[in-house]
Amino acid sequence: MTKSLLIDTSKCMACRGCQVACKQWNQLPAEQTTFTGSYENPPGFTPKTWMKVTFREAEVDGDVAWYFGNLRCMHCSDAACVLVCPAGAISHSDTGSVVIDPEKCIGCNYCVANCTFNVMGFDRQDGVAMKCTLCEDRTSNGLEPACATACPTGAIRYGDRVDLMRDAQQRVRELQAAGNPRARTYGQTELNGTGVMFVLENTPEHYGLVADPYVPLSARAWNVVFKPVRVLAVLGVAFGLWKNWSSTKDIKEGKGT
Amino acid sequence: MTNHWIDYQHSDVIMAIGGNTAENHPISMKWIEKARENKGAKLLTVDPRYCRTAAVSDAYVPIRPGTNIAYLGGLIRYIVYNNLFHREYVENFTNLSFLVNEDFDFDATDGVFSGIEDDPARSAKKYDRSSWQYQTDEDGNILRDPTLWDSNCVFQLLRKHYEQYTISNVSKITGADEDALEESYKLFASTGQPGKAGNILYAMGITQFTHGAQNTRSIAMVQLLLGNMGIAGGGVNAQRGQSNVQGATDMAMLYHIIPGYMRAPQQGQHATLEDYNRVETPPTGWWAHKPKYLVSQLKAFYGQNATRANEFGYQWLPKLDGVDRSHIAAYRNMRDGEIEGMVCVADNPIVAGSSARAKRDYQKNLKWLVSLDVVENETASFWKAPGMNPEEIDTEVFILPAAFSYEREGTKANSGRWIQWTWKAQEAPGDAKWDMWIVNEMFKRLRRLYENEGGVVPEPITLMNWDYDGPGGEPDLDKVCRELNGYRVRDGALLTNFVGLQDDGSTACGNWLYGGYYNNPDDPACKRRIREKEGIGLHPEWSFAWPLNRRIVYNRCSCDTQGRPWNPDAPVIWWSEEEERWVGNDVPDIPGTWSFEQSTDNPFIMLPEGRGRLFAANIGYPFVEVGDAPMPTHYEPADSPVSNLLYPNATFNPISQRFYADHTVETDEERQRYPYIMTTYRVTEHYQSGSITRNMPWLNELMPELFVEIDQDLAGQLGISNGDEVIVESKRLLNNGVQEGITAKASVTRRLRPMMINGEKKHIVGMPFHWGFMGLGKGDIANDLSPSVGDANTTIPEYKAFLCNIRKRG
Repeated sequence: MTKSLLIDTSKCMACRGCQVACKQWNQLPAEQTTFTGSYENPPGFTPKTWMKVTFREAEVDGDVAWYFGNLRCMHCSDAACVLVCPAGAISHSDTGSVVIDPEKCIGCNYCVANCTFNVMGFDRQDGVAMKCTLCEDRTSNGLEPACATACPTGAIRYGDRVDLMRDAQQRVRELQAAGNPRARTYGQTELNGTGVMFVLENTPEHYGLVADPYVPLSARAWNVVFKPVRVLAVLGVAFGLWKNWSSTKDIKEGKGT
Repeated sequence: MTNHWIDYQHSDVIMAIGGNTAENHPISMKWIEKARENKGAKLLTVDPRYCRTAAVSDAYVPIRPGTNIAYLGGLIRYIVYNNLFHREYVENFTNLSFLVNEDFDFDATDGVFSGIEDDPARSAKKYDRSSWQYQTDEDGNILRDPTLWDSNCVFQLLRKHYEQYTISNVSKITGADEDALEESYKLFASTGQPGKAGNILYAMGITQFTHGAQNTRSIAMVQLLLGNMGIAGGGVNAQRGQSNVQGATDMAMLYHIIPGYMRAPQQGQHATLEDYNRVETPPTGWWAHKPKYLVSQLKAFYGQNATRANEFGYQWLPKLDGVDRSHIAAYRNMRDGEIEGMVCVADNPIVAGSSARAKRDYQKNLKWLVSLDVVENETASFWKAPGMNPEEIDTEVFILPAAFSYEREGTKANSGRWIQWTWKAQEAPGDAKWDMWIVNEMFKRLRRLYENEGGVVPEPITLMNWDYDGPGGEPDLDKVCRELNGYRVRDGALLTNFVGLQDDGSTACGNWLYGGYYNNPDDPACKRRIREKEGIGLHPEWSFAWPLNRRIVYNRCSCDTQGRPWNPDAPVIWWSEEEERWVGNDVPDIPGTWSFEQSTDNPFIMLPEGRGRLFAANIGYPFVEVGDAPMPTHYEPADSPVSNLLYPNATFNPISQRFYADHTVETDEERQRYPYIMTTYRVTEHYQSGSITRNMPWLNELMPELFVEIDQDLAGQLGISNGDEVIVESKRLLNNGVQEGITAKASVTRRLRPMMINGEKKHIVGMPFHWGFMGLGKGDIANDLSPSVGDANTTIPEYKAFLCNIRKRG
């Protein structure tokens, strides 16, 4: 992995410029939402929502704290989605980000179901999985991801992973020196390194992150067992989906049985 | 702002009080982060709610809404009694040693100063301020006591006035914990050391009170005591909520001033131009130049028609008749049928105004209403509001679709007084026109009507110097800019700056403060975008800052009495022995003709006495004075849950006008009926009345509905869970014959906590006011609940502290 995103939550004030910039650049329509008691919205990840700012209240040493996180595809090195995809549609790019090839995606939904962070959306209409692309279309043209460009405080930065790792450790040392022993990094080693790294001021749960993420044995086993018969399986699944699609179409067109 | 956004990077301690900077001015955090990175700056938030700014702060002090003066008065006491003020600064640059008239007095039982008298016309009190004066010798020189021992010197008056503002008393009033108070005072007072910079930033959480001007005064006094005025990283920094609020104020969008912060002419007092100049012009201080600015403005207004013989058209300026013409009063006049029609320009008072439910009824009395806005807002559509019967409403409504600011070019003045030109990004859709076009057409047609049909007083319209037409039927902005910049009447030559303005009719200038912003039409300062290569982040070639491109006002005070910068790492200006003048990174805030001694003795050049005012003396020139207290005094909000702890007979600001009888909570029975303290506010995702942002699906997705924040303790008591629908009600709805309150979703949060106010447990609740009944995102109007009482000087309504009741719906 050569390129990464570093999210310094100690500099985030949850203006959510990133969340809107993501929708704007990727042309994602708005969700119909309701107010459920928290500022956080929308509730989950869908094909229309690839990232969001999390708002978590907590009591720390008798004082209230409000933690702002930043959830989206973590671009894991050990990516469950890559392992379980039967169609080989999900892979790591040259820079290390996890990309879905919509042409190859067969809409089986396994990646979404197996995602360690539950941050993928599934488009039932088109039958494809969708998620944060780390703005591959921007970075390959010399731009930063839309979220990083929008961020007013430098809480979201994109760059060479080694530089960002060094900055993250330095920042943690500063925060600890300023009196917060809980300050830590996240994503440097988790899942063998995630393309989205964090500086956190408390445990990962305060940011909607998984404390000790791992790829379940089932996903690994699935990958090992499945790989030899992948081609057959792809054909099988594709056939199944075609059957399903044509019968749905028949129903829609009134040709149903 | 006395300083500007980028200058925050030089602060050592930043206090956000009554301003939710992270939430409502997110870009400010860029510079606050920079100050943290560069010099380990601390951010202190003082706010009733644990808001997004509190979440990113180093220290947080919750205070009950409406008790800012208690908090800041406590800080003043802490500074004064612990000798933490910046001694050389305060002694030399403020009126600390000045002697005040012996008749001046304060009644601690009633909480009022000497000179209080009834003002039946306003159903309030007013002051005869003759005792609020300095002692002078026979020649008129102000008497001083450099030892500060004289019991009538400002220092001793301060000590006496703030003696009661102990941490214990402040804690009882504000509900803040004593330790948290002391820690915050200690932190901010640390900036009183020479070379340290303390920055106080605020917004509507300071101004929107019946004592709003006094809140702001308190901030100014703290900054004077600590030597934080005029320095890099310091200042009294009002953060504006809209890109051009500063510009709107500069251009006199308020009824009490004319452009350039000159007092609007009053009947009687200002009968002639000579009277105006005599009453309004102090003999010393920069305002001594006022007649030049006024006459040049009249020349800009009336052109050739303004002559010495006709007082340069002074009589064509409208004169105030002593009747309040503010927002609250205008709607009261509407209720009484005294206003026939209203032109509402980019304003939405039916959502953003106080007691909005009542306002919808008052608007029915209009014969016609013109709304100039980007969208069809609630004010234009008041007749469609829930509970309205359109059949009974005869108001004829005209909606003029306007271009958005990105669909037109022109300048905006930001909070730091930077007048920045912005260019058109795209064409306006459909029939939408830019406001300049609409106003130009409106004026020309009005003038034609007056010319053809006459009128009672046609001259102000028919003789107005109005020639802004450009090619193709579009107005020519260049002509407007030239007029604002100022020009020589003889040949139209643009003036370098306002120093060249004259009072003999030889110069014209629409607004003296804008003098110089457009003096070179080929490359006007307001269009420049050059980043500074070296300096302290003032970027003097990036746009133009009024006055005279000065980025930090009162900057003489950034140096000691020898002219050396207090902080050599961020020098603003300094005295050059070689050149025998002030030089530096900024434009010195000192007239070029002054000697070094003059500049040291009169660093606050706008004031007649040349010194920062720790005591707001009345020295006879009305514009620069406040009407309600020479030293800020704790008053409760109009809707208050408790009596005044410090002054037994005082309630809310006695000078604040009582517009409506029986409008606010007065009896114990009412306090029981409306037991919770409401504060209204804004969120990042929506903008003001929401008329624009509630039509943007992406923003509605983030903040879809009106909500009310309730602490867990209260929610438990009332059986309310997160996301429940609740009813919120206040006395205003009841008074208007509406029994049912407004509906909102509950946000049960630990970010609010019950407070102990003088031994009694009280609950604070909060509500954003962005919703209305038009647009894509709809919701009830929070301002249906807020009271129509206002600040004693400005009449801005008390949106930030009033009482309400909450119950679960159903």
